[in-house]
Amino acid sequence: MLSKRIIPCLDVRDGKLTKGIKFKGNVDIGDPVEMAEFYYKEGADELVFYDITASHEARDIMLEVVRRVAERIFMPFSVGGGLRNVEDMRAVLLAGAEKISVNSAAVKNPEIISQGAEAFGAQCVVLGMDVLKVPVSSQIPSGYEIVIHGGRKHMGIDALWWAQEAQRLGAGEICLNSIDADGTQEGYEMTLTELISSHVSIPVIASGGAGKPEHLAEVLTQGKADAALIASMTHYGHYSVAGIKDHLADRGVRVRKYW
Amino acid sequence: MIAIIDYDAGNLTSVERALNSLGASCAISRDPEFIARAERVILPGVGRAGSGMASLRRLGLDQVLAQAQAQGKPFLGICFGTQIIFDYSEEDLTDCLGLMPGKVVRFPVDHRDQAGEALKVPHMGWNGVSWKTSHPVFAGLPEEAEYYFVHSYYLQPVDEALVAGTTDYGFDFCSAVARGSLVAVQFHPEKSGRPGLKLLENFLAWDGKEGADAL
Repeated sequence: MLSKRIIPCLDVRDGKLTKGIKFKGNVDIGDPVEMAEFYYKEGADELVFYDITASHEARDIMLEVVRRVAERIFMPFSVGGGLRNVEDMRAVLLAGAEKISVNSAAVKNPEIISQGAEAFGAQCVVLGMDVLKVPVSSQIPSGYEIVIHGGRKHMGIDALWWAQEAQRLGAGEICLNSIDADGTQEGYEMTLTELISSHVSIPVIASGGAGKPEHLAEVLTQGKADAALIASMTHYGHYSVAGIKDHLADRGVRVRKYW
Repeated sequence: MIAIIDYDAGNLTSVERALNSLGASCAISRDPEFIARAERVILPGVGRAGSGMASLRRLGLDQVLAQAQAQGKPFLGICFGTQIIFDYSEEDLTDCLGLMPGKVVRFPVDHRDQAGEALKVPHMGWNGVSWKTSHPVFAGLPEEAEYYFVHSYYLQPVDEALVAGTTDYGFDFCSAVARGSLVAVQFHPEKSGRPGLKLLENFLAWDGKEGADAL
């Protein structure tokens, strides 16, 4: 039976690794290529790279990182951040990424999802969603709203509607990030994750809030997530991927144990 | 020399990189002459049946691949490249290469496991394979190994004897087939870590004959 995936997320700025806490005060913690190889050997099931470099000129630096990663690890990884059109996507896929992820670009121009799916196949296109809990209203009936710019800009779009719309447009997977939970290390946003995952047929990666193995066990069972994103939990060495997987296996969650 | 067939079907460089890491000499090609001269052929790809078949026909590669199989050249299909060697795919209602008897069908819309839990489609992620054969390409792969899958359609070979491996996703579906000099897998060995690389290494060492009658 399909294993639940553990996916370390590596934020990259100017070719170097960072980890944002609530999207503020980023600090450099190393070389993304070395970190990717470390996680590959440690049993991570997939990797996510977010290029948080603001300038478009730095795109080539990221492509070089992608190429070097692809030579060293033989498992899937996705790249997101700053991809604005099909040509940007193509460059990243040709450099060796398995998937590309779009977030604010898709909110502004949903067609980018269908264009990417048409050009490269739905399995390549991950929709990243940044979501904030808000009061239920006629505009936001689920009580979860899509935000961009790290939560600073409300889009007036209902998160559940957007997830289903993205699936209709051809997204192959959703990476669901709770801005409320992100950086807290107090657990994933369970209600949001279960809501979205049970209303789409494509896989959902839970993101934001992981602080200990119990949080992953929760979100991969009651939360109905298909995969869980982690960052600081393992980046700073507090936990290992293998240790998290042992915990999950003990809790009856099916994980990949041979690598 | 190994020919990785280029028919505009997604990411071919990952297959090339995996083969390079094994020290194999390979090239991505759509040149019928080059492919005809190659010792081995790999048909990789992610894509759609309709456009994939249209590309193969437009490039004249449908004939070249049929010839490669007729010559008994070791031939490996990967993921979508595996689906397209079958007779027919429900995706875009497409007549495919017909190198493997059978068809390709979609996972049910409301797919569930035995306990009634909803299963996502595409089937995306790591899953095991239960091997049904001692075929040399699948030799030495640990039983507990898992492989990276991403697909919404699955293989239905016409004859049970063609099934080299099965995978459980709500039900046991055929995830590997073998017939003569042709082996093909639904997962991505180039993205499946050490066990995947081992399978590719096995393929590189295979003469296209041994094991052909094991099924």
